[in-house]
Amino acid sequence: MRLNLTVNGRPHQADEAWEGESLLHVLRERLGLPGSKNACEQGECGSCTVYLDDVPVCSCMVAAGQAQGRAVRTVEGLADGDRLDAVQQSFVDSGAVQCGFCTPGLLVQAHDLIERNPEPTDAEIRESLAGNLCRCTGYEKIMDAVRLAAQRKAVS
Amino acid sequence: MSAHVNAPSRAPQDLSESITGGVGESPSRPDGNLKVRGDYAYSSDLWAEDMLWGATLRSPHPYARIAGIDVGQALAYPGVYAVLTHEDVPGDNRYGLKIVDQPVLAEDVVRFRGEAVALVAADHPETARRAVELIAVDYEVLDPVTDPKRAAHDGTLPKLHPESGRENNLVRYQPVVRGRQDVSADVVVSGTYTLGMQDQAFLGPESGLAIPAEDGGVELYLSTQDLHSDRKQTARALGLPPDKVRLTMSGVGGAFGGREDLSIQAHVCMLAMHTGKPVKMMYDREESFYGHVHRHPAEMYFEHGATREGKLVYLKARMYFDGGAYASKTPVVVGNATTLGTGPYEVPNVDIAGWGVYTNNPPCGAMRGLGAVQPAFAYEAQMDKLASALDMDPVELRQRNAVDQGSVLHTGQKLDYPAPVGELIERARNLPMPPERDPAAEPDIRDLPGGAANTTHGEDVARGVGYAAIIKNVSYAEGADDYSTARVSLQAVGGEAVAMVHTAAAEVGQGLVTVQQQIARTELGVERVNIHPNDTSVGDSGSSSASRQTYITGGAVKTACEAVRETLFERATARLGHAVPDLTIVDGKLVSDSHGVLADVVDILGDEVIECTREYHHRPTYPLDPETGQSELVHVQHAFSVHRAVVDVDTQLGLVKVVALDCVQDVGKSVNPDAIVGQIQGGAVQGMGLAVMEEIQVSDGLIRNPSFTDYLIPTILDTPPMKVDIIERGDPHAPYGVRGVGEPPTISAGPAVLAAIRAATGLDLTHAPAGPEHITGTAH
Repeated sequence: MRLNLTVNGRPHQADEAWEGESLLHVLRERLGLPGSKNACEQGECGSCTVYLDDVPVCSCMVAAGQAQGRAVRTVEGLADGDRLDAVQQSFVDSGAVQCGFCTPGLLVQAHDLIERNPEPTDAEIRESLAGNLCRCTGYEKIMDAVRLAAQRKAVS
Repeated sequence: MSAHVNAPSRAPQDLSESITGGVGESPSRPDGNLKVRGDYAYSSDLWAEDMLWGATLRSPHPYARIAGIDVGQALAYPGVYAVLTHEDVPGDNRYGLKIVDQPVLAEDVVRFRGEAVALVAADHPETARRAVELIAVDYEVLDPVTDPKRAAHDGTLPKLHPESGRENNLVRYQPVVRGRQDVSADVVVSGTYTLGMQDQAFLGPESGLAIPAEDGGVELYLSTQDLHSDRKQTARALGLPPDKVRLTMSGVGGAFGGREDLSIQAHVCMLAMHTGKPVKMMYDREESFYGHVHRHPAEMYFEHGATREGKLVYLKARMYFDGGAYASKTPVVVGNATTLGTGPYEVPNVDIAGWGVYTNNPPCGAMRGLGAVQPAFAYEAQMDKLASALDMDPVELRQRNAVDQGSVLHTGQKLDYPAPVGELIERARNLPMPPERDPAAEPDIRDLPGGAANTTHGEDVARGVGYAAIIKNVSYAEGADDYSTARVSLQAVGGEAVAMVHTAAAEVGQGLVTVQQQIARTELGVERVNIHPNDTSVGDSGSSSASRQTYITGGAVKTACEAVRETLFERATARLGHAVPDLTIVDGKLVSDSHGVLADVVDILGDEVIECTREYHHRPTYPLDPETGQSELVHVQHAFSVHRAVVDVDTQLGLVKVVALDCVQDVGKSVNPDAIVGQIQGGAVQGMGLAVMEEIQVSDGLIRNPSFTDYLIPTILDTPPMKVDIIERGDPHAPYGVRGVGEPPTISAGPAVLAAIRAATGLDLTHAPAGPEHITGTAH
């Protein structure tokens, strides 16, 4: 099938996509955007989280056809050119990145949290990120990073 | 960038981001920006023009004879380019880390559910998957060997590896015996402890891309813990000399031991060489559970005798480790468990024996803390049990028996470096406690066991506190020549001195790239240090395992930098026309105390590149006596950590909320303090997972929960705040005095959590993980 969608503000077309492909597969293998990650491909780990029309989803659980005509924003679309988003910069500065495989999904999820709730409590951060597995960090520095990002966004 | 003509897109990247900070500081990761942008190239991101996708047919049976394989229908399926079986393995159809016992593709027999039987290459991953289903294998199903104790001792069971020459299904038997064996004690406690099978659960799936080369060789881009070990095993399977098999590291999405053994390596190269096209392989999560080894489950009997004053008199221990179908790291697990089985305690009379066996269960091998995790659950449960029998404070009991520098372990090895276990325990006790729950206040249910499931508002919730102190060996042991290689160059680029560090040592997330840059900055006095992608065009670095890379590869980078510096000083001396004492490099300038600033490094370098390649070998270790387990120096270094866990337990439902999990660890020298805290916190959560939720359920040789839906790892909601207290008691034998960091916290966290649950409930809890069924007494 042919698929038309907007990704990170730009129109994209994927030809010859098989109907069983996920949005994650199309992003990674057909549109050259492998930033969203494929850790479990069953909606458990959150590594593939992207915005679909401004709502975070596990892109592995979205059939590619469901994204027809819609707007997708991936980790590759968070930064403003060379300038990292505050969430991205805070993950780097707080040491919240180790292997980094969970990072793209966590960034999108944390970005959405702060958009909706600019001053999240620790309990709210944990609840919001509960669908994103990280095997390296033990989450402490991810907590630090989200707190820092919220502070930075508040003053900018 | 390594310049292969046909390098894939999304190829491994030079890390040239300019970050400052030397040894002892906490610079950011040089790959951090790439990772947060989604631009870091992991092995699952690899892509080449016109590439095919590989897939693997795996055995559905734990034990069966293969009567025949028919690939006809699969081969005829549109879009399929190749279907390969054991007959197509070009070289020796055997590989293995320690014992070469595993077929690349099964021949006449399969020994575990998930064993690779055949391979497909096709133009789409779904096509490959469907073609795999069309391969017809005629199996004669056999009764699997699944009981590890019987596998060790029962000669009537089938021998799964008759070629091994060892009795029954034994992989390794090792006793360690010291002191008197006929000794009695005032107080004796004993118990049998069991541990489930744990999965590394790294997030990045096994994956790689193989590209056939014009010289008849192959280029393999992949994620692994050890490029040279992979190359050796893959070249053997391909029937090629090692220099025809060239490996380049792609981004690694975590490892934790699960990438020490081969997975896709030989398979994807076979498909690429057979089809003449680039081939990519990538497991999904279910296949990943079958495609890598796990942590050995264990059954351990421990018996301690002590005086009334709480001094340990003797230890008798019997440990069984189920290695599954192939040996992998089973010999190392037995060696570590028996040599570390006393824990960090002095015991004058010891009788330990360990058995590692073959069964038809899933193969087990390396996972963070291998062979040290299992006995720690046993000896720390025993210490609490003994304290209770003596009516003594469990912390006090541990301190009375803690090893220190100068202690002689039960192997006969004398600790000739700091071993501040008593100090670690004392500091752990003195860490501030989390606030008590206020029974009068309305609780936030998210802080309680069960959380938002709203299973309690505080009723039936009991709090417990538990401690665990542990010991781990660092680096390779038992006489292995353990070394790493580093190539360091220095040249002037755009008026600035720039160093390049090139090793094969795997960055798996732990931050080795940062540490390598820090060492080069410290030793060479320059700001800019680039990290070359890891590949096999430089010498062996060994594996990113055993908490060894900062020590061993750090030592190699330091040694190579020193050689570069010496060469630079020689050139400076020639240029200046006279020798200058006490030369150093500071901020890109040659400086001496007596003469001040002498020259810019860039002026001494001119157009030339100084490049030095050096190996670093740690001091020799020695094998264990096979009968007594004695060795003058079996381990090059030991590491120690102490955890204190605080838990709330819903005693009615058996749900656990870990409230705090605080750690004190001796790191020798804190090369990157922030990264060390990250290692300790991440390691601790893996240990906590093993204590309360992580277990691969195996029955009749079958994995019942091969998914993240059914194999649970801790989420951010399950994880408590974690304080980390680092102390530095340098090891005089190690570069900068460093001590391995990565594994100890995984080992101490789990037993501390279990101890806290026991304290809260008064239960024995002899199995890890302790689930609701164990806490409520409904397990069967």
